[in-house]
Amino acid sequence: MNKQSSSLWQDSIKRLKKNKAAVVSLFFIIVVCLIALFAKQLAPYSFEKQNIDFILVKPGVGGFLLGTDSLGRDVFSRIIYGARMSMAVGIITALISMVIGTIYGSISGWVGGRVDAIMMRFVDILISIPSLVLLILVKVVFDSVNLFENPELKALTGMLLALSVVGWVTLARVVRGQVLQVKSLTFIEASKALGMPSYLILIKHVLPNILGPIIVLLTFQIPSNILIESFLSFIGLGLQPPYSSWGVLAADGWRSMRHFPHLILFPSIALGLTMLAFNLFGDGLRDALDPKA
Amino acid sequence: MTNINGLFDKIAKTLWVGLGCLILWAIALNLTNYYVPQILMISIAVLFLVSFGFYAFSIGAIVYCFKRLAEAFVTIFVITTLTFMLLRLMPGGPFDQEKALPPEIKANIEAKYGLDKPVLVQYFDYLKKVAVFDFGTSYKYIGRSVGDMILQNFTASFILGFYAFVLSFLIGIPIGLFAASRHNTFWDNIAMAISISGVALPNFLIGSVLIVIFSYQLNWFPPALWDSSLHYVLPVVTLGIRPAAFIARLTRSTVLDVIKADFVRTAKAKGLSQFTILYKHVLKNSLIPVLTYSGPLLAGILSGSFVIEILFAVPGVGKDLVQSVTNRDYPLILGLTLLYSILLVLSNLIVDLLYSFFDPRIG
Repeated sequence: MNKQSSSLWQDSIKRLKKNKAAVVSLFFIIVVCLIALFAKQLAPYSFEKQNIDFILVKPGVGGFLLGTDSLGRDVFSRIIYGARMSMAVGIITALISMVIGTIYGSISGWVGGRVDAIMMRFVDILISIPSLVLLILVKVVFDSVNLFENPELKALTGMLLALSVVGWVTLARVVRGQVLQVKSLTFIEASKALGMPSYLILIKHVLPNILGPIIVLLTFQIPSNILIESFLSFIGLGLQPPYSSWGVLAADGWRSMRHFPHLILFPSIALGLTMLAFNLFGDGLRDALDPKA
Repeated sequence: MTNINGLFDKIAKTLWVGLGCLILWAIALNLTNYYVPQILMISIAVLFLVSFGFYAFSIGAIVYCFKRLAEAFVTIFVITTLTFMLLRLMPGGPFDQEKALPPEIKANIEAKYGLDKPVLVQYFDYLKKVAVFDFGTSYKYIGRSVGDMILQNFTASFILGFYAFVLSFLIGIPIGLFAASRHNTFWDNIAMAISISGVALPNFLIGSVLIVIFSYQLNWFPPALWDSSLHYVLPVVTLGIRPAAFIARLTRSTVLDVIKADFVRTAKAKGLSQFTILYKHVLKNSLIPVLTYSGPLLAGILSGSFVIEILFAVPGVGKDLVQSVTNRDYPLILGLTLLYSILLVLSNLIVDLLYSFFDPRIG
């Protein structure tokens, strides 16, 4: 008789806690985020500090934990600063595209009719554009825009805008589908009958009900954006020197892979582990929020 | 009516078989380092279109096809316009060099390519030329026609993408089936651990590891370039691993769903062997989600090949695109964007039509 009732979210958290891989991944992601936030305090050197006497030293030599690169910069510090850039790109762009996608998708689904048809046709066109090509072009265009005072954000401007512009589309589609489903439920009809204004129904009743899928998509969008950033940096169209992201570091290291493997090894491990953590956590979250799948 | 449809269906099926033989022939020639004659490629393309037409007829989707093609036309037009405008917004022009040209010479060059005219005039000039399949000449490789360049370099990209596409299905589906049939066992966990790594790890990382192991240490395959079929191995595997891993995960989850269905229980009760149930009944019913994924998969393979082509120095269109953006080679960028959008639109159409082949319930 004394059975405690628990809400849907509490159930989900309980299920998530049981998934060891997801919990460990979440812990790892939090650590990486902290490292990214406190990069300035944690890194022994600045990301652009050149140590002329120690060029391309092996890990551990001369007090450089992971060695130095061809300009004598400390690889360990650059990886820490790389975490800052990579995580910033992933999280900021995913959040922006989530906001745009949710607003667009819920308006389209909620209003319906001709508005919906037109809005979705626009999305269809955007989806059939080869996204990486569009991304590269938008990135190059926006790189010359001065939006931010902060030099680090300034270096990221093009990347942030391009990834946000391209990323919201799939989200908008999913959100629309979810809104359409929830819209036809009886409790929405009840609130309408009680005279609640549409925007309030949308915010108070519809959005909380579709939050699960949105959050899951968000956790998958972050690693995929980090990955795209590293792709672009790897092919030389991403972040420009002297700033470092994991992709930039991997690209630097790849050119001297044969003789100085430490240059590509450590940034790749950092990138790979973070990708794995995000994916495992996303999987866990999806299973926890949607138990029937 | 049904008679005609049935006839078309039969014709389509015969044509598919012929097409399959031709494709196998081309693959055999390609893998044994023989030159694949152009006539063979053209006949494969023609046969493909014809048999697809018959197939579309037989499922009564020919009107739908034309509607989709008209839509595709609009989409491609929008993409071209968008790209054209984005290019003019880009900082830096095609003739800005480190050692600046004298202004008169630069003005002359720009006049030659019509860059001195207003942007709208340039845009309509370009559209007029594209309408007759003239994509202009490259700014960087002086005098070379963009159409020829793309045709020439697309071969390598196509071969790379094609093998990676095939490989991802050949690896992904069996691994997914294997994992699902041993659900929650040690082998299932191993297979899923491998496939989640495949999904998560970046292409260039996997490629670098493969180069170190198979080129530097074992000396089995060349680390770069694109001369013989031995050169194909590492790039194709690198490009194919990510989609393969994704397909494996997808197949596993759908198979696990389908296994619970009633008809599987009936099959078991009839005493069919595990093998027959899995490969004949379950697999066919699990292919729809995998097929849905193959549209995005193709897009992924197209874009993934940028990195692979740079990493392995493959002379393909992905590499061209990256270089043309750096060079601000407007006609080449536009031509390549067109190529990519056409490929994407066509592959999506084909995938949508194939649904009804795997699941007749979808009209």
